[in-house]
Amino acid sequence: MTAFVIRRLLQSAVVVFVMSLIVFFGVNVVGDPVDMLINPEADQEDIERAIRALGLDRPIGEQYFYFVKGALSGDFGRSFIFGEPALKLVLQRMPATFELAFTALVMAIVFGIPLGLYAGLRPNALSSKTIMAGSILGFSLPTFWVGLMLIMVFAVMLGWLPATGRGEVATILGISSSLFTLDGLSHILLPAFNLALLKISLVIRLTRAGTREAIYQDYIKFARAKGLSENRIIFVHLLKNILIPVVTVLGLEFGNLVAFSVVTETIFAWPGMGKLLIDSIQQLDRPVIVAYLIVIVLLFVLINLIVDVLYSVLDPRVRIGESQT
Amino acid sequence: MTTTANQDPEIAPTELAGQFQSPFRRFVSDFFESWVATVAFALFLVIVFGALFAPLISPQDPYDLAQVDVMESRLPPGSMSYQGYTFLLGTDGAGRDLFSAILYGLRISLSVGVVSGIIAMIIGSSVGLTAAYCGGRVEALIMRIVDLQLSFPAILIALMLLAVFGKGVDKIMIALVTVQWAYYARTVRSTAIVERQKEYVEAARCLGLSHKRVLFHHILPNCLAPLIVVVTVQTAHAIALEATLSFLGVGLPQTEPSLGLLISNGFEYMLSGRYWISFFPGIALLLTIVSINLVGDQLRDVLNPRLQR
Repeated sequence: MTAFVIRRLLQSAVVVFVMSLIVFFGVNVVGDPVDMLINPEADQEDIERAIRALGLDRPIGEQYFYFVKGALSGDFGRSFIFGEPALKLVLQRMPATFELAFTALVMAIVFGIPLGLYAGLRPNALSSKTIMAGSILGFSLPTFWVGLMLIMVFAVMLGWLPATGRGEVATILGISSSLFTLDGLSHILLPAFNLALLKISLVIRLTRAGTREAIYQDYIKFARAKGLSENRIIFVHLLKNILIPVVTVLGLEFGNLVAFSVVTETIFAWPGMGKLLIDSIQQLDRPVIVAYLIVIVLLFVLINLIVDVLYSVLDPRVRIGESQT
Repeated sequence: MTTTANQDPEIAPTELAGQFQSPFRRFVSDFFESWVATVAFALFLVIVFGALFAPLISPQDPYDLAQVDVMESRLPPGSMSYQGYTFLLGTDGAGRDLFSAILYGLRISLSVGVVSGIIAMIIGSSVGLTAAYCGGRVEALIMRIVDLQLSFPAILIALMLLAVFGKGVDKIMIALVTVQWAYYARTVRSTAIVERQKEYVEAARCLGLSHKRVLFHHILPNCLAPLIVVVTVQTAHAIALEATLSFLGVGLPQTEPSLGLLISNGFEYMLSGRYWISFFPGIALLLTIVSINLVGDQLRDVLNPRLQR
């Protein structure tokens, strides 16, 4: 187990190193670093001073060293627009994004698993076919367009829910979240559902496929032969086994939700990291872009690591197979 | 849902009757067994037809300034134009006929999606084949890169690239290819690895055929079934991703008005209740993606040997 965790940690370190290289060379070699890192409104003298200050007149290897050194101490430069440290801006927006992604994840589980289980147990029923057709639609509907339609129907036409913003934020146990206030909840409902839709479809399909496969397995037949109640078979024997892939996928999907929140946040003007990224790209606020990219890479590496370790706890075959190779 | 339609018991007797069916004929008849897939396929053909012949079908050229009148902007669907034709789906903020704009937008969306899909397929399947054929270190390295890339969501990688490169047709194509190649590589490799161990490959090698010939003439054709499925699904993905990025304002420039940009342009009118400017391009996008996905779904069922009757 320890060897497995250590190997995964080393792998993650390599990934972070490679990604930092890509982001660094993307900004400094593919693009023009003077263009990228220095405020385009500065005059010639300022530009030259900035080039020296940023070390852009030094060889590229040395530059990378300073980039890593800055990044390790959390210094990605100051935002051109806000004049604040870029990393601080990104981290400030993080809770709002996490809140949205987390709510969407909960929605995916609450809607997805029961519907998938139902469709898997009664594959030929009309209701199951409707669920599956709905899940195909959920896959195919472009997230951003669904967001627009949700705004159109629930905010503009019916006027039930607010279309933009995060709403009131309350602090409980040191965590400030809009989930704790009624106003906040009404604000999060539309964006979270928008973000969750794809995942609901995914969970439905996974659960259904898992159920359909597991139902013919020997252990289910055996449980039937033992005379266990149908409920016990479904909720203990079946669910336990099909949950492993669902949990793994959902863990990985959390990162995906954070990435996709870029779209949802832009539509619903949700003040998270994703909206910050799009605003920064449009305003050419490069330090913030770089800071966002590095933060999101770290986040993904961390999520993948946690999911891998959890998976090896849930399914011992993984780590045994790994140590044998 | 299509799976169950497939397992219809009544087609079994034709097989038993011993009629010879060529694999292709059989594939076609299996495919059109499901009415959903048939409708989806027909719909897809209509969409492609509409995009190809947009200049002939659409009542106006929405990007010819002489034919567009700003006075006619934001008209609801069904309004009459000064020229005497009906704005079937209304007009957008600049007075363009939305129906025409959608057909022209489809052209851009489809071509960007399909072309980048084909390039990604060529690169990805070559890499996947190489990995499977070489084995050892080369394979381990390639698959590590594939795994690494697939652990990041497509939209994030695309956003990263576009944040660095800026927007433009070539840039979004690069982004789409970068995002997609890994799926092809993984699919082809996993099939090819099974094929590699079969006797016909051994026989071909014993005949002294070149590596290239064994790879592309013997192994590749046997990997086509899963590849075809991935092509359909990925093309739909690419189209949706391009629309999303263009909507966010980081994809195509305004000079290439794809469906995503049309929807984005209509966004500002949505809050004032002029829904059609965003709604109809979205429906067009949706129909395109759904029809491709449904066709892909049926292809997967038909081509899956495990579900073979």
